[in-house]
Amino acid sequence: MLGEGILKGLAETAKNFAGSFVSEERLTTVQYPEERIAPFEAARVFPFLVFDQENRDGGGPEWEAGLRCVACQICEKECPPKCIYIEKSKDKKLDYLGKGQYYPARFDIDISVCMSCQICVEVCPFEAIKMDTEFELSTTDRFGALLLDRSQLAKSNEHYHKIHPTDATAVDARLADEKAKVDAKAKAAADAAAAKAAATQPTNEGGD
Amino acid sequence: MSGTELVHDHKMEGWNRPPVIEPDGEAELLEVAMGPHHPSTHGVFRMDVALDGERVIRLKPVFGYLHRNHEKIAEGVSYLASMPYTDRLDYFCSLSNNWAYALAVEKLVGQTVPERAEYLRVILAELTRVQNHASAIGFLIQEMGASGTPLMYAFREREKILDLFESLTGSRMMCNYMRFGGCRMDASAAWLDAARKVVVGLPKFVDEIDNLLSSNEILMARCQGVGILRQDLAINAGISGPMLRATGVNYDLRKVDKYGIYDRFKFRVPLGEVGDIYDRYMVRMLEMRESITILEQALNDIPGGPVMNPTAKLRGFRPKAGEAYGRIESPKGELGFYLISDGTPNPYRYRVRPPSLVNLTVLEDMCLGSNVADVVLIFGSVDIVLGEVDR
Repeated sequence: MLGEGILKGLAETAKNFAGSFVSEERLTTVQYPEERIAPFEAARVFPFLVFDQENRDGGGPEWEAGLRCVACQICEKECPPKCIYIEKSKDKKLDYLGKGQYYPARFDIDISVCMSCQICVEVCPFEAIKMDTEFELSTTDRFGALLLDRSQLAKSNEHYHKIHPTDATAVDARLADEKAKVDAKAKAAADAAAAKAAATQPTNEGGD
Repeated sequence: MSGTELVHDHKMEGWNRPPVIEPDGEAELLEVAMGPHHPSTHGVFRMDVALDGERVIRLKPVFGYLHRNHEKIAEGVSYLASMPYTDRLDYFCSLSNNWAYALAVEKLVGQTVPERAEYLRVILAELTRVQNHASAIGFLIQEMGASGTPLMYAFREREKILDLFESLTGSRMMCNYMRFGGCRMDASAAWLDAARKVVVGLPKFVDEIDNLLSSNEILMARCQGVGILRQDLAINAGISGPMLRATGVNYDLRKVDKYGIYDRFKFRVPLGEVGDIYDRYMVRMLEMRESITILEQALNDIPGGPVMNPTAKLRGFRPKAGEAYGRIESPKGELGFYLISDGTPNPYRYRVRPPSLVNLTVLEDMCLGSNVADVVLIFGSVDIVLGEVDR
């Protein structure tokens, strides 16, 4: 029948028009920026550098002292668009295991080049770089404001816990586990040394 | 020349062009450049059309405006670093692209994939197919003049699928999810439940859009018998995907190659008869239904276990010198990645076989003799993404 398609279409439109007043789940529009949808936990925008508040060695501001990054430059090498620039430090500072490590004297990410692919996060063996969820980064400065340096990239572990709670808890557990292992090993070594010292004591006495 | 037979003869029958329509003696040809900035071109693409009145006499596709040096960049970076670039080929189907590339590298290094990861790949690839076909149909109808409504219906459903992608992979379109030897992270039980919920709602959507459009007089008048692609030409030109199946050729890599675990699922391959726009539209509509049955089976059977092969290396591996070709049935056709390794951490040669580009090569043959208004429609029915055409 001629015109059947038009009638069908109009009926469909009318159904949806009426339905949008009744059904709550059809009201999908959100009045941004007054209303916001919370980002998914897996959401990723640009990377940031994690620092620990309790783990600090050396002077300088808090973020600088607690940076987990050891300037191994793996992320710089693996970054697909090559937007990371790292300069290794000359001296070393103690990390959370009490081991001397280099730190990044310079760590820049050009977020006008970065494509948020998360590969730096995946290849980092030190859990030092993670993805942020902050997306309102527009600026009037085309070049300088989009080249982030260490101080702008550094964010606390608490921030990481806030945006990716599941991942952050797993990472903390893994790091604590590692530290416990190292501590146990150090303790065992200390105990062995003490035992050895104790064992050698009598023979010395006996020798006299 | 005994023993050798020429299989592909250049004088093969049926290879001739459709008859070129000569313009009237007095008439002047009007040359129109449709694009590169034209709402119908899905991006930046130009068609140089020669018109005699309303009829198309010549059509020259001009592409390359979106060339981003994908293949050469991939030869300069490690195997892993090319993965996020594959998202940007066909940005509607990033997970299919991931899979094709992962398949090629897995073939190159001889890596196997755990069960659960295979299931996840199938689920994500089929969700991709549904949302790609839904939006392809939406855009086709939009170009027919139904501005808005069907496209918005398609995008409403696509939004639900993209939400699933985002909650799993962290990004709506640039998913970067698959890795050589598995997937990046596991899907939680909550995610699988959410996916089941979306899949349960999909048949209703397909019914709705089918009921609304398939028997519409305007759609049939504009589509039936327009832009016919002949079967022999489709085969000879290397067309693949819904465009090939619309001409009646039963060729689906999910059935032919049985890559991944597609041999475990029961599904049918919809075929067209005429090879016109309407057949392409119908094939896509029916493929959505078949994808939904695959999704139901996969979400029902998905086993537990790891999603990453523990022997798989993320970075710094050096495949033995050799070559590999991994291909999948992406929503647009056969998507293949051809890699040559010379034993270094970077591929020596990295080549993409993009379905969009190959399917676009027969555009002139489909358009000759038709009206200029139909060119837009025929172009829309090819379903291309310029990111993949130009790379």
